[in-house]
Amino acid sequence: MKNFWNKIYDWFNSRLDLQDVVGFIGKKYVPVHRHSVWYYFGGVSLFLFIIQVITGILLLFYYKGSSDLAFESIQFIMSKVEFGWLIRSIHSWAANLFILAAFIHMFSVYFSRAYRKPREITWLTGMLMFFLALAFGFSGYLLPWNELAFFATKVGTDIMTAIPFIGTPIMEFMRGGEDVTGATLSRLFGFHVALFPGIFTVLLAVHLILVQRQGMSVPIDMENIPADEKKTMPFFPNFLLRDLLLWLLVLNVLAILAVFFPAHLGEKADMFAPSPEGIKPEWYFLFMFQTLKYIPAQVLFIDGEILGILLFGAAGLLWTLVPFWDRRSAKGQSSRFVTYLGLFAVIFIIVFTIVGWLA
Amino acid sequence: MNDKGHLPEERRTFLKYLIGGGLIGFAGSVLYPLFAFLKPPKQADVEVTSASAGKLSEFEKGTGKIVRFGNKPLLVIRMPNGEVKAFSATCTHFDCTVQYKKDLEIIWCACHNGKYDLNGKNIAGPPPRPLDEYRVVMKGDEILISKKA
Repeated sequence: MKNFWNKIYDWFNSRLDLQDVVGFIGKKYVPVHRHSVWYYFGGVSLFLFIIQVITGILLLFYYKGSSDLAFESIQFIMSKVEFGWLIRSIHSWAANLFILAAFIHMFSVYFSRAYRKPREITWLTGMLMFFLALAFGFSGYLLPWNELAFFATKVGTDIMTAIPFIGTPIMEFMRGGEDVTGATLSRLFGFHVALFPGIFTVLLAVHLILVQRQGMSVPIDMENIPADEKKTMPFFPNFLLRDLLLWLLVLNVLAILAVFFPAHLGEKADMFAPSPEGIKPEWYFLFMFQTLKYIPAQVLFIDGEILGILLFGAAGLLWTLVPFWDRRSAKGQSSRFVTYLGLFAVIFIIVFTIVGWLA
Repeated sequence: MNDKGHLPEERRTFLKYLIGGGLIGFAGSVLYPLFAFLKPPKQADVEVTSASAGKLSEFEKGTGKIVRFGNKPLLVIRMPNGEVKAFSATCTHFDCTVQYKKDLEIIWCACHNGKYDLNGKNIAGPPPRPLDEYRVVMKGDEILISKKA
């Protein structure tokens, strides 16, 4: 048997020079220290993305992307298709856990300054994937074409019009017209199942190849330990097996959530019905949405909503560009300011998410 | 060709501009259709001048209903005193659809708790502007709604 596999390997190896690839993948070590637990969250995000791709493709086999058929096709998936309820519920739950895992991954990278030279590009691709994850969430939310989704999409796209000059064209581009209609559904469906996955896959490939080439980052305060005291663990197989165990646990959590809290469908969207109460964006947009409510209508001649949107845009840009303005991390020092800024962001997001939930 | 195998300078410059300009033109002719495609075509809006809101005799006092006006929703209210009023049902805050609240005698938007009085004026919550009012005309027992001139 061993011989058989060896033959197969040899057949490919003689054509592709596999030993280079095996060497590239095989030589990676994971630093072992008291913050090692954070190294797992990138892998968890990756696993949840894979789950999304698989369940998403399965849903595509039955979903019909048009305003006349979308709601009914999901009803069909939930009630007639064998395990349709399970696949849709897993897709819905994994979406939320994916964004949660990405949040944790992003903040752990931020606080350990893992974005510092030479890993700026890894951070940038990661941030782009994070914004794409939010876009995935926004575009996927409308696809069931139910009341909540319809009005949430109306509100979410209407907020765009507050942006000066380009706001209204952006809204019309997102809506595929002036109003949220079947054209909006077609458009967001195209984004959700073709454009975003395509871009995401390319970014993910770059992200992973860079991690593989540059190895794992060590927190700044651990860098100066003498080499003989540095503990590491081989990625293959030691760390990978731990990763896989965690993946298995996450899969179990997903199954439990999907079985006990299956995804709702609610009422079909009706353009000529009053909006229902309790229109809320998904939890990962809540903190921004809630903040907009607290900004007064007028702040020194500027419309409050415009100010809020521009502030969030600026904050997102500042956050994305942190490897380029946090000069001290490149020299191997951690600046207090960066830490406090990160803590402020974490606390701000948690507080306003909770306030938004209770509102 | 001169003796070094180079083209004369002016001819070289001319060719550079020709090729460069050609490339820019080519890029433009590729990109323009792409962006034009992404812009949704203006749907021929069915120019509605008036819409029917049903019969007055079947319209209970102190209720409101949503009526289609082309592809826009209107809120038609029959006041407790019997008078009929019509407003745009699109909340001026974030585009949600408003409703009549009988108990408070106001127009209410459930999305973010915006409130308007029965003249369409924004009185509480986030709406920045009043609701557009429409004209109500009776034709026998039928209620006809039309745009205010």
